[in-house]
Amino acid sequence: MRRAFVETLVKLARGDSRIVLLTADLGFNALEPFVQEFPGRFFNVGIAEQQMLALATGLAEAGFVPFCYSIVNFAVLRPYEFIRNGPILHRLPVRIVGMGGGIEYASNGATHYGIEDIGVLRVQPGISIYAPADSAQTETILERTASISGPVYYRLGKDDRLVVPGLNGHFTPGCPEHLVVGRDLLFIAMGGIAVEAIAASRKLAQRGVSAGVAVVSSLNPVDRTFYADLLRCYKYIISVEAHYINGGIGSLTAEVLAECEIPARLVRKGLSATPDGITGSQAFMYARYGIGSEQLVHAALEMMQ
Amino acid sequence: MRTINPGIVRSHILQQSKRANVGHIGSALSIVELLCALYGSILRCASLSDPERDRFVLSKGHAALSLYVVFYLKGWITKGELDSYCGDCTLLGVHPEHRSAGVDFCTGSMGMGIGFAAGAALAARLQGSDRRAFAILSDGECNEGSVWEAAMFAGQHRLSNLTALLDCNGQQAFGYTKDVLNADNLAERWAAFGWDVQVIDGHDIAALEHLLSTLDYRGSRPHLLLARTVFGKGVSYMEGKIKWHYSPMNDQEYGQALREIYQGQE
Repeated sequence: MRRAFVETLVKLARGDSRIVLLTADLGFNALEPFVQEFPGRFFNVGIAEQQMLALATGLAEAGFVPFCYSIVNFAVLRPYEFIRNGPILHRLPVRIVGMGGGIEYASNGATHYGIEDIGVLRVQPGISIYAPADSAQTETILERTASISGPVYYRLGKDDRLVVPGLNGHFTPGCPEHLVVGRDLLFIAMGGIAVEAIAASRKLAQRGVSAGVAVVSSLNPVDRTFYADLLRCYKYIISVEAHYINGGIGSLTAEVLAECEIPARLVRKGLSATPDGITGSQAFMYARYGIGSEQLVHAALEMMQ
Repeated sequence: MRTINPGIVRSHILQQSKRANVGHIGSALSIVELLCALYGSILRCASLSDPERDRFVLSKGHAALSLYVVFYLKGWITKGELDSYCGDCTLLGVHPEHRSAGVDFCTGSMGMGIGFAAGAALAARLQGSDRRAFAILSDGECNEGSVWEAAMFAGQHRLSNLTALLDCNGQQAFGYTKDVLNADNLAERWAAFGWDVQVIDGHDIAALEHLLSTLDYRGSRPHLLLARTVFGKGVSYMEGKIKWHYSPMNDQEYGQALREIYQGQE
């Protein structure tokens, strides 16, 4: 999604002189197309995420639309209070771009996981949050949300090749995309990990279980009526996220089920304990945390027993 | 330009603090002349909504009462609004809120305002505007690492349209700066970050106005005015006392404070 992000940003910037790009020293081999085309609108602020957000606030107050780029945890967690007191309190169009949501930087270790970004930002009503599931949807989401007047957080994946089957770049603001319609059970997945849910759905079909898949790309605001109508179609629901199970779509789904009095059973799959230091590839980590397709199949069968 | 009388500012600070029964009095008294100079003749502001106005950030947001009083004396807020300070359903709380008339940026969390001001200065440069950005910081605030992130950025990008006024009163919330994280060499530190540093008496309005009107805002370095100030300036029992970072005044203290301010006026 990194390439799609930069290419779309360049396209948007050609038509909108308010757009500037800030990075806290990350984006080598990714941001260059923007830098080459708009050298005067690009600033590497240094390894200084707080300054990146403070600077963006001052720029946005004067009419700019600054995009602030870093790895998810550096973009969100380090400058969190700056995000709150800056663009959120001032209601300014600062865009925070977090790369590598979840455990995409798996072998980099726990300091590089972005597994609570949605949780800490979703509690802020004043920021829009989008987690595109693949490159095509990244492009659509960036274009469709370009005119939002307040702050936006984009949680991106770094894999340019990832394609979520059936998504085809579709995006309806606030609404999950119901990619696979099932009868027995629903996987509701946040972002790119939807591919694991789709793979699990296919495996379950071979075992005679009809599992639907929905991908959630809008985390804030959410069309709760639409979301509830989707959940009502199923008796068994499994939320899937490369995120702690508290605060992300597991929590969001539980909120909607409870508030809308939907009689379905929910199992939340994601990270539920502090990382213990064991690292490996993303596939290894997905399996380890129970969010790979095989583990999702087991979770589904266990739930429906 | 309309001059602002620092004695009148101080008397309003005391009145409002007493009425609202709140503290931060010493911090507010410390920056009175800095604000009188800025809002008297330096800041260019054709109207509060003029996009080409100079930007100001009170990075040490806890001294906002001083700012509100100056806004009142400039006619930007009414006496009724000033009298709502720290009351119910008011925009005038202890720390500045940007929805309040005259306030460009919300502050109150230390170490953020100078970064906002750096953004305002960079924005002006990118837009080819002569706008400038000013911020008042405290010496204690320089404890925050983010201050130095902003200082490095402004130095690197030679934001000469950015001016920080450092209110060096030697105190912070729970101790003297020399005992907490020694700030003796702040002038050298800021200079080392590429800033044009000037040391000045922070209570001498004429000197402040002269210096601020002669800085090279189109030069090659951002400006730091290291303003030597007295915490609680003008009220003998508050000067240099940690207690007056937080404490409100009792009736007797209030009476004495007002008398001293009025005597200082004569």
